[in-house]
This record gives sequence, structure tokens and C-alpha cells, in this order.
Amino acid sequence: MSARSLRIVGALLLLPGFAGPATAEYGDVVINNYSDAAGMRPVIFPHWFHRVRFRCAACHADLGFKFKAGGNEINMMKIIDGEYCGACHNGEIAWSVENCDMCHSAKPGTPTQVHESTVQKLLAPAKPKPRQ
Amino acid sequence: MARLQRRFVFVALLCAACSVRGAGPWQDLADDGLHDPAGPGIGVLQQPGEALSVLPQDGAGNHVHWVKALRDGFITPRHALADEPPPAIDTTEIIMRDTSTLPFVRFPHRAHTEWLDCTICHDRLFERKVGTTPINMGAILQGKYCGVCHGAVAFPLTECNRCHSVRDVPVAKAAAPP
Ligand code: HEC
Ligand code: HEC
Ligand code: HEC
Ligand code: HEC
Ligand code: HEC
Ligand code: HEC
Repeated sequence: MSARSLRIVGALLLLPGFAGPATAEYGDVVINNYSDAAGMRPVIFPHWFHRVRFRCAACHADLGFKFKAGGNEINMMKIIDGEYCGACHNGEIAWSVENCDMCHSAKPGTPTQVHESTVQKLLAPAKPKPRQ
Repeated sequence: MARLQRRFVFVALLCAACSVRGAGPWQDLADDGLHDPAGPGIGVLQQPGEALSVLPQDGAGNHVHWVKALRDGFITPRHALADEPPPAIDTTEIIMRDTSTLPFVRFPHRAHTEWLDCTICHDRLFERKVGTTPINMGAILQGKYCGVCHGAVAFPLTECNRCHSVRDVPVAKAAAPP
């Protein structure tokens, strides 16, 4: 019990300190497995924008998006074939793939991440790690 | 042990305080630290404040109370791409009691099945039997169990008392493991 509790306290004590001056919207996912290497800006997927229009189930059950930033190995072939983002960004449900800059909108070099997530805060490299 | 427990309370208060920090909750895309201000997408993409400020407010995360926004009809998100029968809503509530000195956790199926399908949680994240999943706070903070969504997309883990919300049962007696 006490070792477990200590770990939680250690982890929690770190949480309040992490608010940077500028913070993107909670739940924004940056996807950058291939973009940087291909000379494109990394992709930003905004959860706040999409959940106004779709329930989680539409994407995470029906379309099979796994709960892992960067974990779906999305690329343009798949999108054009109607998978992942392409299930909607096809000119019918939403605007189509030719709007490159709407999706590829992050600062070059931004790594794959869920912005503002608890895990991201706990693992923030500039901060000391919780004691084991 | 007693000192540890007092620290839990202290931490809980700290976190409650930190969740209301900050003035204007929604950052403009051009200076949010993620979007490239020089990119052509800026100026075309919607500003979060424009869309979210008209929804019921909350103190953390997107600063939107998403449960209310949905129930009170502010938003009507589609549950599938094609017209399909509405998803199954489950209204069972589960009280989780292994919470040390904090109030018990109330897990409401209703608020979850309004957004999610059963198959997203069962049986990949949780067993379909009360008390059989070894949920604990350490694992949650590492992004497991409830922490898969809370701490990434649904309201964040700093909102202790939205989960630890059941106070009217004597806490001391109920610390027995499940
Ligand atoms: C609906 C959103 C969306 C649009 C629109 C879009 N992309 Fe992408 N693109 C993605 C995602 C998601 C990835 C995967 C990102 C990663 O992992 O780096 C990706 C990856 C890429 C990649 C690297 C991987 C590969 O398939 O080669 C290139 C290059 C690329 N996009 C170019 C483009 C160009 C050019 C356009 C416009 C014609 C475009 N994209 C429009 C979402 C989009
Ligand atoms: C329009 C589609 C869409 C909707 C709706 C949607 N998501 Fe996502 N979700 C995504 C995409 C895309 C990713 C990133 C996947 C990737 O990078 O390969 C993601 C990633 C995630 C992750 C993983 C974050 C991590 O820790 O790596 C979680 C958790 C998540 N979503 C939860 C939710 C919840 C909860 C809802 C409903 C409130 C929701 N999503 C609604 C598309 C969606
Ligand atoms: C379930 C359908 C669906 C999926 C899947 C989906 N989108 Fe969208 N997306 C939409 C709709 C609908 C809009 C709004 C279109 C409009 O306004 O005409 C939108 C708009 C957007 C916008 C513009 C937001 C703004 O500020 O205007 C971005 C960026 C975007 N999507 C990125 C993505 C990326 C990246 C993916 C894949 C990782 C993705 N979307 C997957 C339905 C979807
Ligand atoms: C957000 C995740 C989530 C979703 C979605 C979800 N459940 Fe659950 N469910 C849980 C959790 C957590 C438990 C408790 C597990 C434990 O205590 O080990 C549970 C327990 C149960 C139980 C056991 C109750 C008991 O009294 O033993 C049943 C039955 C169940 N869920 C059915 C459903 C059905 C049917 C749906 C869809 C309509 C659903 N669940 C959707 C998370 C979820
Ligand atoms: C698959 C994603 C997911 C998982 C796993 C999950 N939740 Fe949630 N939860 C949500 C979403 C989405 C909402 C809607 C509110 C929001 O997005 O902020 C929500 C809302 C809630 C609410 C608020 C209900 C209300 O009426 O205000 C509580 C309490 C809650 N969750 C507790 C839990 C607990 C406890 C667990 C773990 C046993 C858990 N959740 C696991 C996605 C999830
Ligand atoms: C998303 C819901 C959720 C949030 C938010 C949350 N907890 Fe928990 N917490 C749980 C669940 C579920 C358990 C396990 C209860 C059980 O198994 O009976 C738990 C257990 C605990 C325990 C018992 C020890 C342990 O290791 O499990 C402590 C202490 C605790 N939480 C502290 C906190 C504090 C402090 C916060 C705020 C910073 C917090 N929790 C926020 C869901 C949550």
C-alpha cells in the first residue's frame, strides 16, 4: 500500500507544474510518423472539433481507429482509398484530400503526441521523473 | 500512514486548484504552440473559442461539459457514418470502493454509452463483471483503464472529484479489497 501510494503522490505532485504558457486544445493529436520525413508539416487531428459532430464510437468502433496517437499507421494511400480520415474526408461527408494544409498544419518537427495528456505531462523530459 | 493520507487530501486540493488556473481558456491556433503560424491552414481552420464558448462550460480539459452539451441538445454528434439505429444505452452505475481515503468512485454507464459502444470497453479494457478488473490509480495515471480516455480526450485526471464523487458512505469501513 505505501509504496503504491508514494508512487501516486509522486506522480500527482508533478501534475500542477506543467502548464506551459501556450497550450493547444486538450485532446489535439499530432501525427508524425512519416510527415516530417516526407517534407510535409505534421498532421493535427482536433478531437474537440470532431466530437461536436461525431460520437467516439463512429471513429473508434466503426472505423477502427485504435486508441494510440500514431498507432494506426495512417498514410495518404489509405486515406485516398477511403480508410481512416478518408472515410469522411472524401468530398461527401467532409471536404476531400486536396486540402493538404488543413490537416498538415503543425510546426515542422513536432513529434507524435496527444497534446496536454496526463501521460505526456508525466513524461515531460524537462521535469524530474516521479520516484519509483 | 496517517501522514500519507493527509498528503492525498492535500494533493487532491492542489489539483482542484490547478484545474481552474488560467484566464482565457481557449488559445488561438496561431499561438497554441502546435500549429505552424506560417502555415496556410491558419486562417481557414476554426478557432476553438469560436466553437466551444457557446457550449456548457466546465473547469478543465476543453472547458466544455461534454455530458451536458450532449444531453441538453447543444450538440447532436452522429454515432455512425450511415443512418443506423441508435446505440445501446446502459444505465447501470458501479461504485468502486478501493479508494484509500478519497470518496468512492462512481462509474456511470449512461454517460459513457451515450458516446461509446460497449465493444470499445468490453472486454478489452474492462471485464463485464463488477470488481474483476484490477483498476487502480497508479495504472490510471499511466494511461490504462479509465486513464485511456480521461487524461487524453475525456475530462482530465486532475478532476479527482468527478470520479471520486460518492461521499455519503462511511469511507473507513469500505477500504476492504474487492
Ligand atoms: C484529412 C487529412 C489529410 C489531408 C487532407 C491530407 N493528408 Fe497527408 N496525411 C494525413 C495523415 C493523418 C498522415 C499520416 C501522418 C504521419 O504519420 O506522419 C498523412 C501523411 C502524408 C504523407 C506522408 C506519408 C505518405 O503517405 O507518403 C505525405 C507525403 C502527405 N500526407 C501528403 C499530403 C498531400 C500532398 C496532401 C494534399 C494533396 C495531403 N497529404 C492531404 C492526413 C491528411
Ligand atoms: C472523427 C474521428 C474521431 C472521433 C469522433 C473521436 N476520435 Fe479519438 N482518435 C481519433 C484519431 C484519428 C486518433 C489518433 C489516432 C492515430 O494517431 O493513429 C484518436 C486517438 C484517440 C485516443 C488515443 C490518445 C493516446 O493516448 O494516444 C483516445 C484515448 C481517444 N482518441 C479517445 C476518444 C474519445 C473518448 C472520443 C469521444 C469523446 C473520441 N476519441 C472521438 C479519431 C477520433
Ligand atoms: C467520421 C468522419 C471523419 C473522420 C474519420 C475524420 N474527419 Fe476530419 N472532419 C470531419 C468533418 C465532418 C469535418 C467538417 C467538415 C466541414 O466543415 O465541411 C472535419 C474537419 C476536419 C478538419 C478541419 C477543422 C476546422 O478547423 O475546420 C481537420 C483539420 C480534420 N477534419 C482532420 C482530420 C484528420 C487528420 C483525420 C484523420 C486522422 C480526420 N479529420 C478524420 C469528419 C471526419
Ligand atoms: C467506458 C467504458 C465502458 C463502456 C462503454 C461500457 N462499459 Fe460496462 N463496465 C465498465 C466498467 C468499468 C465496469 C466495471 C468492471 C469492474 O468492476 O471490473 C463495467 C461492468 C459492466 C457489467 C457488469 C455489471 C455487474 O453488475 O456485474 C455489465 C453487464 C456491463 N458493464 C455491460 C455493458 C454494456 C451492455 C455496455 C454497452 C451498452 C457497456 N457495459 C458499456 C465500463 C464500460
Ligand atoms: C473509452 C473512453 C473512456 C473510458 C475508458 C472511461 N471513460 Fe469516463 N467518460 C468518457 C467520456 C467520453 C465521457 C464524457 C465526458 C467528457 O468527455 O469529458 C466520460 C465521462 C465520465 C464521467 C462524468 C459523468 C457525468 O455525468 O458527468 C465520469 C464520472 C467518468 N467518465 C468516470 C470514468 C471512470 C471511473 C472510468 C474507469 C472505470 C472511466 N470513466 C473510463 C470516456 C471514457
Ligand atoms: C477517471 C476517473 C478518476 C479520476 C479523475 C481520479 N481517479 Fe482516483 N481512482 C479511480 C478509480 C477507478 C480507482 C480504483 C477504485 C477501485 O478499484 O475500487 C481510483 C483509486 C484511487 C486511489 C486509491 C489507491 C489506488 O492506488 O487505487 C487514490 C488514492 C486515488 N484514486 C486518488 C486520486 C486523486 C488524488 C485524483 C485526482 C488527482 C484521482 N484519484 C482522480 C478513478 C479516478
